[in-house]
Amino acid sequence: MINYVDTVWMLIATALVMMMTPTLAFFYGGLVRKKNILSMLMQTFVILALVSIQWVLFGYSLAFGPDFGGIIGSLDFAILNNVGMEPVLGQTIPHQLFMLFQMMFAVITPALIIGAFAERVKFSGFIAFILLWTTFIYDPMAHWVWSPDGWLAKLGALDFAGGTVIHITAGTSALVMAVLLGKRVGLTIGKAPHNLPFAVLGAGFLWFGWFGFNAGSALSVGPVTVSAFLNTNTAAASAAITWMIIDWLVNKVPTVLGVITGIVAGLVAITPAAGYVTPSASIIIGACGSIFGFIFVSKVKPKFGYDDSLDVFGVHGIAGITGAILTGLFATREINPGAADGLFYGNPKQLFVQAITVAVAVIFSAIGTFIIFKIVDSIIGMRVDSKDEYIGLDLTQHHEAGYTVME
Amino acid sequence: MKYIIAIIKPHKLEAVKEELEREEVHLMTITEVLGCGRQKGITEVYRGVKEVDNLLRKVKLEIAVNDAFLEKTISAITRGAGDSEIGDGKIFVLELGECIRISSGERGGCAIG
Repeated sequence: MINYVDTVWMLIATALVMMMTPTLAFFYGGLVRKKNILSMLMQTFVILALVSIQWVLFGYSLAFGPDFGGIIGSLDFAILNNVGMEPVLGQTIPHQLFMLFQMMFAVITPALIIGAFAERVKFSGFIAFILLWTTFIYDPMAHWVWSPDGWLAKLGALDFAGGTVIHITAGTSALVMAVLLGKRVGLTIGKAPHNLPFAVLGAGFLWFGWFGFNAGSALSVGPVTVSAFLNTNTAAASAAITWMIIDWLVNKVPTVLGVITGIVAGLVAITPAAGYVTPSASIIIGACGSIFGFIFVSKVKPKFGYDDSLDVFGVHGIAGITGAILTGLFATREINPGAADGLFYGNPKQLFVQAITVAVAVIFSAIGTFIIFKIVDSIIGMRVDSKDEYIGLDLTQHHEAGYTVME
Repeated sequence: MKYIIAIIKPHKLEAVKEELEREEVHLMTITEVLGCGRQKGITEVYRGVKEVDNLLRKVKLEIAVNDAFLEKTISAITRGAGDSEIGDGKIFVLELGECIRISSGERGGCAIG
């Protein structure tokens, strides 16, 4: 039975999540050098278009189609065959709306990765990479965790809104790409974000859109929806304050980039837990997202020296893992009677299941990304030559300039 | 006293600064400029309309030095900015009539460094 209140909320939530992708464009775009601003905006918008079509054609079917051995969906839902207005069993919104909501998640996940290969990726190679990655990494991963027949779902993995499926897979793949692609050239100069206000605007609207992302993942309107909404805001706030304090103590100055990075880390960390934990737990989860994110971005990354340009792994990967594990501690049936309790509520097994899910996501996406990179790099090439990199991707890949020097 | 103006590729700025540090030339003024030399520009395309432009983004360095530092400065810039190809840039050297440090009112050679 369709419930029209639920349907209205899910239409709004879908639009909110859609907005996060162009928003991410400005978050990332502000952080690169000004010769590459257009390339970041272009890549995010092209992902929005490409994955929207991929999802309608066969992506949704692979992820949510009738199960094939717990591993992948069949092609019964390809080109939206059998995907109509009738709700899926156990849901109260039109099937097509569920498909649309999930589409926006499929869009933003590969868009997160582009921060890792910013300022040096070849546009044609990028397109091939994104299509292969979405099809062979994202779609199966979504099936395993979110399709009721997926093998991780059957194991009892809790991932409310995509901490594992989205942030851990994107973060891990980002790390692999950054290592394989190598460092940007000429990085001794111009490390500073060229337009920090763009990034601040992006972070603000990510926070806003994340209400659709997390509270929308309840797929209906009810107590769990409100819990997820409240936890999202609380964790973001807690993470912002935590990052600012650490910055102040360690670097002796509270920075704008620190606060917005903390916000994103907190939002990522609460994502898997949003509809399962209490508000006080969300304060701790948000803070932990910032603490581990900070350690990774400012201590671990410089030690290894890889060039994850915009810290996709440090923020999304690490905060995603933090959130997924903490869900195994803090989840409680008091908030979500339909889910499971965590370790602190007498169910230590949940922590174990969460750890397995994290390990599977990391290993699967790392190996998959490695293979896709090798294939695309040998056929099309994943990186521009160093001269094009010096001139910038805007002029060399798109023959446009983001800013004019004179009038 | 000499006044040196150098036009270089933007991404060479850091290398040039390093070379100048090594020669103990620490003071300079830098501007972003558009320049048109023998190197070809990149055609930009906006909604299919081509904008053929031979102006390229360059960086302009201005450095005032005492005569003893002239050759060191020139060779530092050449080492840092050079790829031995078209578009590396140019160095101009001008006579400098006077130099005054505003804070102290010092004039001439001692006001330069």
